[in-house]
Amino acid sequence: MNRPIRLTVNGKKKEIRVDVRQSLLEVLREKLGLLSVKQGCAVGECGACTVLIDDVPIDACLYLAVWADGKTIRTVEGESHDGKLSRVQQAFVDEGAVQCGICTPGFVMAATSFVEKHKQPNVSRHDIRRGLAGNLCRCTGYDTIVTAAQKCLDDDD
Amino acid sequence: MFNFKSYARAGGVQEAIRLLGENPEAHLIAGGTDILVKLHKGKAQFDHLVDIHDIAELNFITQNDSGDIIIGPLASFTQVAESELICRHIPILSQAVLTIGGPQVRNMATIGGNLCNGVPSADSATPLIALNAAVTIEGRNGSRQMPLESFFLGPSQVALEQHEILTAITINRDNYADYFGHFHKYAMREAMDISTIGCSAVCKIKDGTLQDLRLAFGVAAPVPIRCKGTEDKVRGRKITPKLLTDIANSVSADVRPRTSWRAAKAFRLQIITTLAYRVVEQAILNAGGIIQ
Repeated sequence: MNRPIRLTVNGKKKEIRVDVRQSLLEVLREKLGLLSVKQGCAVGECGACTVLIDDVPIDACLYLAVWADGKTIRTVEGESHDGKLSRVQQAFVDEGAVQCGICTPGFVMAATSFVEKHKQPNVSRHDIRRGLAGNLCRCTGYDTIVTAAQKCLDDDD
Repeated sequence: MFNFKSYARAGGVQEAIRLLGENPEAHLIAGGTDILVKLHKGKAQFDHLVDIHDIAELNFITQNDSGDIIIGPLASFTQVAESELICRHIPILSQAVLTIGGPQVRNMATIGGNLCNGVPSADSATPLIALNAAVTIEGRNGSRQMPLESFFLGPSQVALEQHEILTAITINRDNYADYFGHFHKYAMREAMDISTIGCSAVCKIKDGTLQDLRLAFGVAAPVPIRCKGTEDKVRGRKITPKLLTDIANSVSADVRPRTSWRAAKAFRLQIITTLAYRVVEQAILNAGGIIQ
């Protein structure tokens, strides 16, 4: 049940063969070595496997790898450039928005998409919480995560 | 790895109909947010999949020349919530679908999948039956249309033959023009939760009277239902606090909630009564009504 697919992952074009029964999560981790993409619940509740597909956040655990044919995928590995963290990554560092760390890559990608989509003043903390509602932090470190996202939205540039 | 036994990708509606007809055990997969979860949990009824994920002709939200709004079944909840057409003409639907899952799930899950699952908690179902939506179904014998309300036959049962596929959801202009609505989902959490009770009310008012009311509940019966007994009783009445109390007291005769691990029957009835009052009240206020 193998099919060839072409996709762009973190800016690099890839041609790979995937089993139609594989999730994108499995292909990203096992075939492409992108271990930031975590399997938490595997049923779309925790968001630890969040990646951006054509800039839209999705749970990679509930996405067949064959659907990624022709798509552009972003994971946290591709967010920093030349050793410089993205604004969202830096904001997570600055706010200490990391506890055990397993939810962090998914949260960074969900927050990245939220910030890119809502680049406007006066986004409330409640709106940010709603925007990040698909990600769970079992350490319950939500406050600093929301603050990190808010900081990116409040930036001038 | 998901453990299904066969997989066929349909390039279009006709191919999907043919593939479904060829294998009596085949199931459609669209957004995957329900079926892949069930496969992960090892449910054998999804061993054979027909994939309609990428059928472009089923993904649209449009308005025809008569003003009817037509939604393609593969429109995601995010597309529905952000559609300018829907936000302008039937904002109750946008309001309802934004209560489903979280952003990642709404980006993938489709409105057609939500309806075809046939669960009583489908959050897109109550606003659509309150709007008198109709569904278009295509199969090997052609196309047919029916009211969405009759599409729901029982828990996880809808009026689709094995070779049939939902191809459109239509809300006629007469059913939304001059109507205003409100939706409320009662659940244990503000996101990522299944409705304990869902409620949609759509109303039309004129000169201080309630000209028409369409009130629908989810998880209040084996299928999403309308409160037609109550609707018939209150049509044409003056808008007063007594009217709202009468609606609240009347709905229990229209519903058949049950006890589940999520909530007891008595608790569900309490929520239904309270929501009938509050959701109709808000729908009337949204219509510019004054309750006095």
